[in-house]
Amino acid sequence: MESAATPHKSELRKTPLNALHRRLGAKMVNFGGWDMPVEYPSSGGLIAEHKAVRSGVGVFDVSHMGDIRIRSGAKPGGALAAVQHISMNDASKLAIGQAHYSAMLYPEGTFVDDVIVHRLGEDDFLLVINAGTREKDVNWVRENAKSFDCVVEDLSDAYTQLAIQGPRAIDVMKKLTDANLDAIKNYWFTHGTVCGLKNTLIARTGYTGEDGFEIYVPSDVATSERVWNQVMEAGREFGIVPCGLGCRNTLRLESKMALYGHEISDKINVWEAGLDRYCKMEKGDSIGRTALEHAKAVGLKRTLVGIEMIDRGIARDEYCCCNEAGEAIGVVTSGSPSPTLGKNIALAYVPPAFSAVGTVLYVEIRGQKCKAQVVPTPFYKRQKKTAVQQVS
Amino acid sequence: MAYPKNYRYTKEHEWISVEGPLATIGITDYAQHELGDVVFVELPKPGTKIETGKSFGTVESVKAVSEIYAPASGEVIESNGELQNTPEKINTDPHGSGWLVKVRPTNAAELNGLMDASAYEAYIAAKSTEASA
Repeated sequence: MESAATPHKSELRKTPLNALHRRLGAKMVNFGGWDMPVEYPSSGGLIAEHKAVRSGVGVFDVSHMGDIRIRSGAKPGGALAAVQHISMNDASKLAIGQAHYSAMLYPEGTFVDDVIVHRLGEDDFLLVINAGTREKDVNWVRENAKSFDCVVEDLSDAYTQLAIQGPRAIDVMKKLTDANLDAIKNYWFTHGTVCGLKNTLIARTGYTGEDGFEIYVPSDVATSERVWNQVMEAGREFGIVPCGLGCRNTLRLESKMALYGHEISDKINVWEAGLDRYCKMEKGDSIGRTALEHAKAVGLKRTLVGIEMIDRGIARDEYCCCNEAGEAIGVVTSGSPSPTLGKNIALAYVPPAFSAVGTVLYVEIRGQKCKAQVVPTPFYKRQKKTAVQQVS
Repeated sequence: MAYPKNYRYTKEHEWISVEGPLATIGITDYAQHELGDVVFVELPKPGTKIETGKSFGTVESVKAVSEIYAPASGEVIESNGELQNTPEKINTDPHGSGWLVKVRPTNAAELNGLMDASAYEAYIAAKSTEASA
């Protein structure tokens, strides 16, 4: 057995709930420089947490993620113009109270980061960004919003962000807020009183492929712990468990959601990543658009596919994909056992010639060629109505 | 979970138990707890020679691949076939039915250099203190 390298605790960043996770006996890991819970043995661990989210409800501390607000400067319109310049999706199509998935691109058409853009007002936007790219993203936004009449605020440390996810998430949330949650569709949001905290952002977003909500509460430790405990208490009757980054990864992988540094990075473009539908070329100029037009004309050299292992063996991040002859043809970006499917799955970049569903290819696992095949994605898709809703 | 007094232990959290001319090897309770739920095990075929300090197989959880290092040199007589369908035995009974391989040790004297149960317990207690420091 290898001993896990213990990161030097004092060097890692901590969310306001760090002490609480440690009191719960969470196994902690260094994620992008943050001391985060990977699983909670007291919940039964990763697989139990994953299953709880798919069938009931789980709660995640995702406060390590970042928040950038872009709002009007001296005159209105500058914030929208700035967002349109740096974000590939079309923010002008967002209603107030609506959010969408997008990405910030480099001039090469590759990824700075992916982002959820929330339209708070006519000319007021909140960008929620990844933990590992917080500073890079804030600098990127500040730099590229400079020529627009807008104000950029880094609010990352202002919020404790909790993700309550699963088919019973709405039942838990209804006990904590009197905001009308049934009126909030997927990828829409509202502000309401949550656990007594006025004007709290409640978004029907998440990274699990299940229904769920993300709430943004003040980041002082006392409030953060109080809200977490109230969420746990409200969720008790639905079997809520605290969930760590371990199951966050298996849940998003099953739902084919990209992870920065894996499926998307500064070396991968929008077309390769298969994120065409979030890139609105027709909206006008945006950073990366010219390079993407050129890339489209040239054609794809590699494309992201889902694969399922046929031979015994677990394909993991960065493992080599090869053909029957054992020649390298691609690479696994994310791979893991799938607790929901009971199979070993992965996302991988392969040449278009290997991308048809049913194509057999091989993953090199510790020197052995293990058979796999290309399968449709997402690997898992949630049912639109829960059994509870169907009965009533 | 108690650490059997008649087993010997390595710094990499393997245990070895001698029964006459054969020895059984597994990973410790501490190791299985660190790993999480075991989902997959890869073990050598009978006849394979394993060498002290070298990896002879892997135990995998959802999140991690862990190499198993031989506490002593020898020839594999049997690998625990049950672990193919019920790898979770490593979590529930790491010192018993979660055993990995049975070997014929080449040199029984090698085991004298390994930790006994109280030395191993002290070793992992020190690790836990480090982790929460």
